[in-house]
Amino acid sequence: MNAPVPGALTSSLLYLDGVSVSFDGFKAIRGLSLTIAPGEMRAIIGPNGAGKTTMMDIITGKTKPDLGTVMFAGTVDLTRLDEAAIANLGIGRKFQKPTVFDFHSIEDNILLALKSKRTVGRTLFWKTESAQQKRIDEILGIVKLADRRDRLAGSLSHGQKQWLEIGMLLAQDPKLLLVDEPAAGMTDGETAQTAVLLKEIAQDHSVIVVEHDMGFIRELGVKVTVLHEGSVLAEGPLDQVSANERVVEVYLGR
Amino acid sequence: MIARFFLQNMDRRGGIFLAIVLALALLVPLSNLLMPAGSAFHVPTSTMSLWGKYLCYALLAISLDLVWGYCGILSLGHGAFFALGGYAMGMYLMRQIGSRGVYGNPVLPDFMVFLNWQELPWYWYGFSSFPFAMLMVLAVPGLLAFIFGWFAFRSRVTGVYLSIITQALTYALLLAFFRNDMGFGGNNGLTDFKDILGFEVQAQGTRAALFSMTCVMLAAGFLIARGIVVSKLGKVVIAIRDAESRIRFLGYRVDRFKLFVFTVSACMAGIAGALYVPQVGIINPSEFAPANSIETVIWVAVGGRGTLVGAALGAVVVNWAKTVFTSGFMAPYWLFALGGLFVVVTLFLPKGILGTAEALWARRRRPASAPAAEPAPAE
Repeated sequence: MNAPVPGALTSSLLYLDGVSVSFDGFKAIRGLSLTIAPGEMRAIIGPNGAGKTTMMDIITGKTKPDLGTVMFAGTVDLTRLDEAAIANLGIGRKFQKPTVFDFHSIEDNILLALKSKRTVGRTLFWKTESAQQKRIDEILGIVKLADRRDRLAGSLSHGQKQWLEIGMLLAQDPKLLLVDEPAAGMTDGETAQTAVLLKEIAQDHSVIVVEHDMGFIRELGVKVTVLHEGSVLAEGPLDQVSANERVVEVYLGR
Repeated sequence: MIARFFLQNMDRRGGIFLAIVLALALLVPLSNLLMPAGSAFHVPTSTMSLWGKYLCYALLAISLDLVWGYCGILSLGHGAFFALGGYAMGMYLMRQIGSRGVYGNPVLPDFMVFLNWQELPWYWYGFSSFPFAMLMVLAVPGLLAFIFGWFAFRSRVTGVYLSIITQALTYALLLAFFRNDMGFGGNNGLTDFKDILGFEVQAQGTRAALFSMTCVMLAAGFLIARGIVVSKLGKVVIAIRDAESRIRFLGYRVDRFKLFVFTVSACMAGIAGALYVPQVGIINPSEFAPANSIETVIWVAVGGRGTLVGAALGAVVVNWAKTVFTSGFMAPYWLFALGGLFVVVTLFLPKGILGTAEALWARRRRPASAPAAEPAPAE
């Protein structure tokens, strides 16, 4: 099926080919192939159990695939690295269930995510430089949390935690952002604002968005990949994909 | 830069704690040495040594709070690091006895003569030197913690499994140190000390100096632990406690941060043990007993986990209570009281004595600034 075209490896930022993984005999991902170009924004949809989150786990090093190639920037084999090494390469992730550090202030959450050396020595004798403080302030402004910066992150509402996590992704300044269900639990207004924010981010980053909300995907207006039972069912613009009979049958039509 | 590291954002709680500990370092020995025995301001030598022991426990409690309260590593084997530091000090003190032992052997400690050993085992070499012994006080617990942590944290052993293997660690050491052929005095341990740095261990002046030193090391241990927890590294460590897998995806190597705090904490526990031994006059394998490590956890929980000052307070309060209860008609019931205390604190004071006291204090002050915050109780 969707075998990547020759030359895709070197020109892509993320390259998955023939990836398979099973848990206790259940094949969560079977022969998944996908390429993301530098600067591209891609939406991924699919029914529950299609393997969307497992795919993100594989890219970020949480799960090791049984088979297949996972390459970053054409040269780095992600299957050999652990979570921290992959994060430091420039792959950031926002989780489906927003996970922020509840007992840290909002500002400290951003500080922890801020791109910097992650060694024991550097963090022990850390001093925030003025340029870094400026960046933190800027991000707090973008995610509209500047006036609550000293509050504990645990006190935020679900939607605000989603935004804080997006702010943390921005602070990491990754080359590739994996964003799992950014609009879950948000009001319509917040969802629209999130779409605008993601589109802004996509101007200078590559982004993969997993989302169930079709309205949200439409607002993003990007190429869509449909996953089903662990492999790619269809790929293309939303209109084309949503006209596909198989897609309607397994996902949209239900 | 060093001052900035230790004193940044010093809060009132920490300031009061430091002031008290440093005042004790000065006033207690002065009152012991200068005031006449009948005076109300005189602190008897036995009381001073008893409180010196409590303060060693306070340092041990701070070291445990650093790993448990801030990093979420519930070590049930911290007594092992305390005991190892104690043994290193004990070995120095044994070598200082020289030919004054019962058997009069100039090189071998009494227990080795008794076992018919002909020469000093290699691992006793160097312990006649005070600087070497002090290096070992830090290095032996530190190295053990580093090696243990290296394997445990890299394999991502966490939670109750980690607690169990720390417990196994101290139990294994307990059994090993009981053996006579280990060369650490078997079940009698090391005792009958004479001199430390040329001063008689039992002398009033030496005891006063040891008490002062304990206070100074407690203050230093507190400053180091506080410097760590308020730094960005401290924020990472707290984040590990609350969401370990999340911080990995930000690019932090969780195992290295855990290894760092665990090793620092073990060295601190070793210093506490080294100060404890000359003040109580003996070190034996019972210090490795799992129950000791568990008791340390209780001190931290009672005082207030994740506060440092609370851990020290808990150690002093619980041990003071232990002294009071075990010396009267209540003696047979001490363990029940301790167990009961742990249950009561867990159920009713989850933030410990310090956390609860501060919450009450904050509530008392609030009505003054914002009277509307709390409605007056109905008559």
